[in-house]
Amino acid sequence: MSAGTNKIAVTVTDVSVVNALVKRFRFERSDGGLLPTFSGGAHTVVEMQDGDTHRLNPYSLMSDPMDQTAYTISVRRDDTGRGGSLFMHNSVKPGDQMTISYPVNLFPLDLRARKHLMIAGGIGITPFLAQIKQLSVMGERFELHYSCRNPALGSYVDELTEQHPNTTHIYYDDQNQSIDLEQLLGGQPLGTHIYVCGPKGMIDWVRGRAADLGWPREAVHYEEFLAPRSGKPFEVKLAMSNKVIQVGEHQSLLEAIEAAGVDAPYLCRGGACGQCETDVIGYDGKFLHYDHWLEDDQKTSGKKIMPCVSRFEGKTLVLDR
Amino acid sequence: MTKFQFPESIRSRPIYGTLEPRPGKVHLMIADAEGAEALIDVAQAKPDLMAGANIMYFPKGSGDTFVTQLQALGPAQLYVGPSYSASVARLRRTLTDSHMGLQVYLAGTEGLIGQAMLEVTTAGIPHSAIQTEHRGSVARRMQCVHCKGITEDVMTDPFVCSHCGLNLFVRDHYSRRLAAFQGVCIDAEDPGNVPDPVELYS
Repeated sequence: MSAGTNKIAVTVTDVSVVNALVKRFRFERSDGGLLPTFSGGAHTVVEMQDGDTHRLNPYSLMSDPMDQTAYTISVRRDDTGRGGSLFMHNSVKPGDQMTISYPVNLFPLDLRARKHLMIAGGIGITPFLAQIKQLSVMGERFELHYSCRNPALGSYVDELTEQHPNTTHIYYDDQNQSIDLEQLLGGQPLGTHIYVCGPKGMIDWVRGRAADLGWPREAVHYEEFLAPRSGKPFEVKLAMSNKVIQVGEHQSLLEAIEAAGVDAPYLCRGGACGQCETDVIGYDGKFLHYDHWLEDDQKTSGKKIMPCVSRFEGKTLVLDR
Repeated sequence: MTKFQFPESIRSRPIYGTLEPRPGKVHLMIADAEGAEALIDVAQAKPDLMAGANIMYFPKGSGDTFVTQLQALGPAQLYVGPSYSASVARLRRTLTDSHMGLQVYLAGTEGLIGQAMLEVTTAGIPHSAIQTEHRGSVARRMQCVHCKGITEDVMTDPFVCSHCGLNLFVRDHYSRRLAAFQGVCIDAEDPGNVPDPVELYS
């Protein structure tokens, strides 16, 4: 069985508009019981039945980790994506019954840190909302640097600046404000850990500068969920289950494997955690590796694939699944 | 010969590497006796690094042998102290005033490396990000597991605890928290039956 696939039946009890791009959803247990506590940075995988398509999308939990009555997530609408966020925005209404996974944390706080320095870009703010609630209760030291496009699209800016006026720093792109990373990273006391969540460019920028300035790798944490990309349909043979499956244009390989009734491991569904790593038995064609789990030499070896985000173009692909 | 290849041992025993220049603005280098040679090697590999180097050096028995050579490297600061233990307050103050990105280089005897490692990790740098290189004496800093007293610079196995006088067997079992190896009574069951002391790694 896959880790993190313990399911919880929930009822949508609230859907609110945060701004033009973001909606917030509140889930409570359908059986009236309490939800598990979690740790700041955890996500849940939301199952969506969108017509014939079965979607499983991960979203960071943003509610108070100790609040067992409800979970909340924020979903940014992606009009050009594969449709999961559009389904959440257009079809999910209060009262709907849904299924979510138990919380899984791939972006936890390192509680040995003396200070937590958080750097967020856009919707990447969501895991920090839960982490800040956790750290506030524990009386831990933190500082948030949050970059967003403009005041109208700055999700939770008001809440953060009101509750944590001295530790929240907001940067608006359209006012030409940007994080002075050199200055910020150069002046942190020993024992500071960096957490960054946002677009890939931002994560690469922060990790690169931190490495140049001599920050230990162990003190730099990041989370980036990749949405599976669309691509040309392809055919795959699953050797262990002796099945030949078709992967559709807007379907991920992992989704196609699941649709064929084969139980494949997964955790993040975003190319980050490594849980779904699958052995390739044979292939004739070209891999399109989109994950950031496999090392470069593994990607070129033709022996491994991460079916949650990566694709294949060519004649045949045989997987050990 | 100042380099010594320790034989493979239990997992608890620290393993040392070879110092190499790393990116960063400030480089804190702590060494005793022949450990100076490892710092000199780093400086030769990347001379401009020394403009950001803060050296704390304890000559121990080596006298002035390395002090002039260290001065010649042109470090931003060179502090030559009478002993590590006399300089702990200075080290703590240095760490309090330091920022993330600080590179730490520890070289010399195991006692010095272990104790400095304890201070630096307590200050918040992950132990895996701290470079170490063993040079010089293979003497050990030992804790008597019975009276908890520390005996510095132990060269023989067994040895006599400088606090309680028990005859102690030198183990490879190491405590990062205490920065010391563990010494266990060797004649507990048959008092007086103590093997002749042998020099470590001889």
